[in-house]
Amino acid sequence: MTFLTVTPIFLVVGYIIWQGIPAISWEFLSGFPSDGMKDGGILPAIIGTFYLTIGTGIFAVPLGVGAAIYLSEYTQENSLTRLIRIAIINLAGIPSVVYGLFGFGLFVLFLNFGTSILAGSLTLAIMTLPVIITTAEEALRSVPQAFRIVSVSLGGTKWQTIRRVVLPQALPGIITGVILGLERAAGETAPILFTVAAFFLPRLPSSPFDATMALPYHLFVISTQVPGMPIKIQFGTALVLLVFVLSMNLIATIIRYRARARRQW
Amino acid sequence: MDNNKILVDNVSLQYSDGTESLRNVSMPIIANCINVIFGPSGGGKSSLLRLFNRLNDLADVIHIEGKVLLDGEDILDPSCNVIELRRKVGMVFARPVVLPMSIRENITYGLELAGEKRSSRLEESVERSLIQAALWDEVEDRLNDPAITLSGGQQQRLCLARVLANEPEVILLDEPTSGLDPISTLKVEDSLQHLKKEYTIVLVPHSIQQAGRIADQCAFFLQGKLIEHAPGYVIFTNPQNERTRDYIEGRYG
Amino acid sequence: MKKSPLSQEFIINTIIKSSGYSAIFFVGIIFYFLISQGLPALKMIDLTSLTSTRWYPIEGYFGILPLISGSIIVTVGATLIAVPFGIGTALFIAEIAPRWAREFLKPFVEILAGLPSVVLGFLGIVVLSPLLRNMLNLPTGLSAFTGSLLLGAIAIPTIVSVAEDALDAVPKEYRDAALALGATKWQTIWTVTLPAARSGVLTAIMLGIARSIGETMTVMMVTGNAPVLANNLSVFFSPVRTMTATIAAEMGEVAYGSAHYHVLFLVGIVLFVISLIVNITASAVVFTQTKRSEKLLS
Repeated sequence: MTFLTVTPIFLVVGYIIWQGIPAISWEFLSGFPSDGMKDGGILPAIIGTFYLTIGTGIFAVPLGVGAAIYLSEYTQENSLTRLIRIAIINLAGIPSVVYGLFGFGLFVLFLNFGTSILAGSLTLAIMTLPVIITTAEEALRSVPQAFRIVSVSLGGTKWQTIRRVVLPQALPGIITGVILGLERAAGETAPILFTVAAFFLPRLPSSPFDATMALPYHLFVISTQVPGMPIKIQFGTALVLLVFVLSMNLIATIIRYRARARRQW
Repeated sequence: MDNNKILVDNVSLQYSDGTESLRNVSMPIIANCINVIFGPSGGGKSSLLRLFNRLNDLADVIHIEGKVLLDGEDILDPSCNVIELRRKVGMVFARPVVLPMSIRENITYGLELAGEKRSSRLEESVERSLIQAALWDEVEDRLNDPAITLSGGQQQRLCLARVLANEPEVILLDEPTSGLDPISTLKVEDSLQHLKKEYTIVLVPHSIQQAGRIADQCAFFLQGKLIEHAPGYVIFTNPQNERTRDYIEGRYG
Repeated sequence: MKKSPLSQEFIINTIIKSSGYSAIFFVGIIFYFLISQGLPALKMIDLTSLTSTRWYPIEGYFGILPLISGSIIVTVGATLIAVPFGIGTALFIAEIAPRWAREFLKPFVEILAGLPSVVLGFLGIVVLSPLLRNMLNLPTGLSAFTGSLLLGAIAIPTIVSVAEDALDAVPKEYRDAALALGATKWQTIWTVTLPAARSGVLTAIMLGIARSIGETMTVMMVTGNAPVLANNLSVFFSPVRTMTATIAAEMGEVAYGSAHYHVLFLVGIVLFVISLIVNITASAVVFTQTKRSEKLLS
């Protein structure tokens, strides 16, 4: 039964690669769309996804790691921390399209950011928060308690201990979690549908208040809304998105293995 | 006679899990000698030690009363500067816990916490404290290696050097040689004999024999209470209290 | 001794504390926002209309039932597929596979979990749908069935991760005891290991269900998007519309403040509440087993 689960992955990835490779060329990756999207390149979508991923990170990482530090280092388990954990579970369970709805209503309309990278990043950031908090907290908790005790006994304050010993040791685990969280954000479509995504925008975004194309949204539109779309370009776009996402996965895995090997405890 | 470095004044301590750790303990810690606190496990020895550097602030203490005077000032008072206290009163733990850094960085850690940035001062402290801990000869040409590459005995002496780098006045040692082989144990005990000339040592031994070897002053603790306090040779040759005598002779433990 | 300089750390401590509370804050504003934008729908449209069976907003028909039924059909189908495959795979990885194979298989499951749903939806349109149409002689390949297949594939990694953790956590002594009494490997699994991991496995299934209910893009791309209320089994092979797809498809075109706008938020509230219930129930079980909460989010 397992092989039925596992082999399709090979098939899926392999098929996309096989069908998509013909479309890949330097022009495709670096050029702009033309002819109503039926020709040309997808650079704006690639750049757009890139910016969105970075934007998500800028908001989600400080907030998420800060919350993880709070849960791991500053509190014991009490009713307040249980409330926080329930909130995190709720955030994790909200369907992605509801995030899109929320982002649309709050950031695009109410706060008047318009359809923009800013609105999209903020929405994706809140969505990514649970993953980052959970993996970061686990990384922090895995650092042996003895280190903290030693640091305090030498005259260290709580924050000094965190900054000098705990955080550096937890960093590989935190980074892995962040990358995996951002990988998911990069592949999501629903939250960006009405918060940032534009379809035919053959120029690069110049400010956070610009709308932009994005790979997942682009794939969605060209496979469902554009009649006569060359199948080669569809597969090519899918391949680029897949490579983007899977390479992040690979980087995170490499970091995880190397950190385990070099651990000093 | 006021060579009491620390004076414990009627201290009682209780943890949240109900274990009553110390009951009405009053005793002096004499300056510039090796003060040994021994007794069967659960007797409150570690709790007393951790009182001296307020490390049990980290644990679940629900009740504490009494005073602990270091050089005349009560360190249990809320206005006491705990950070300063911990630099003055350093601690070596039962298992050698080296920080995940190089040997050099382990030693300079305490000074850097205090804000010391001058590399001359830091380098000088590294050499000085390693010599004091009798470790310098063995590591002087690999100070940048990770501390984890040292042997168990070397790591423990590194922990001692780490404390010494902070230039403390009191050194607390909680069963410091419990994981070490006999040769490393003797090296540590030797260092303590030298160090007591400059510092005040408080030690919880991991065997009665160790207490017998090195104690200048000795305190016997049983179930949170101080049973007997006397110079080392007195307690081991002629204990006044029958429970002390029974314990030393191995009737229980 | 003078007062310690811990006051200097006050700023950083406050920042960290606020970060800690932020999760509560965000749940709060999301909930508040959904309610504030969704409740006006109840004022603008009466309840009987909302519970009617026609969803045709252009002409003022806002019956939510077809959407709910669409979501249920697709989720049920997905669960029927995902549970056997998912639990089976989890059993294989945890109990049967040799050590070296596990190091190999777990990353694979992780990769499957990381595949963007839009890519799977794309393959659904381009590959699966024509395939099914030809194989099963259907008028269209875009149906609840196609959606269920793909949703099942998406839910499998979630089920596998959590279930595998649960099975792994069963103490070795249980299995040893059963084997010592003469049970075969399979007997051990069925009568001892699986029941012992029961709550974790149930959690895994619930999280898989939650994942399916909340999935948007895949269903939007392959279920055909026809809001029809289910009245017999054949609907399984014809187009349906889920709640998620409805919001995604129509949000871009509504006028701010219109009845349609508010009703979409109302649908969002329904989704939010359903997911909440499923996730909290699942997590309550998890808390009692002190599992690694990371797996909840895979």
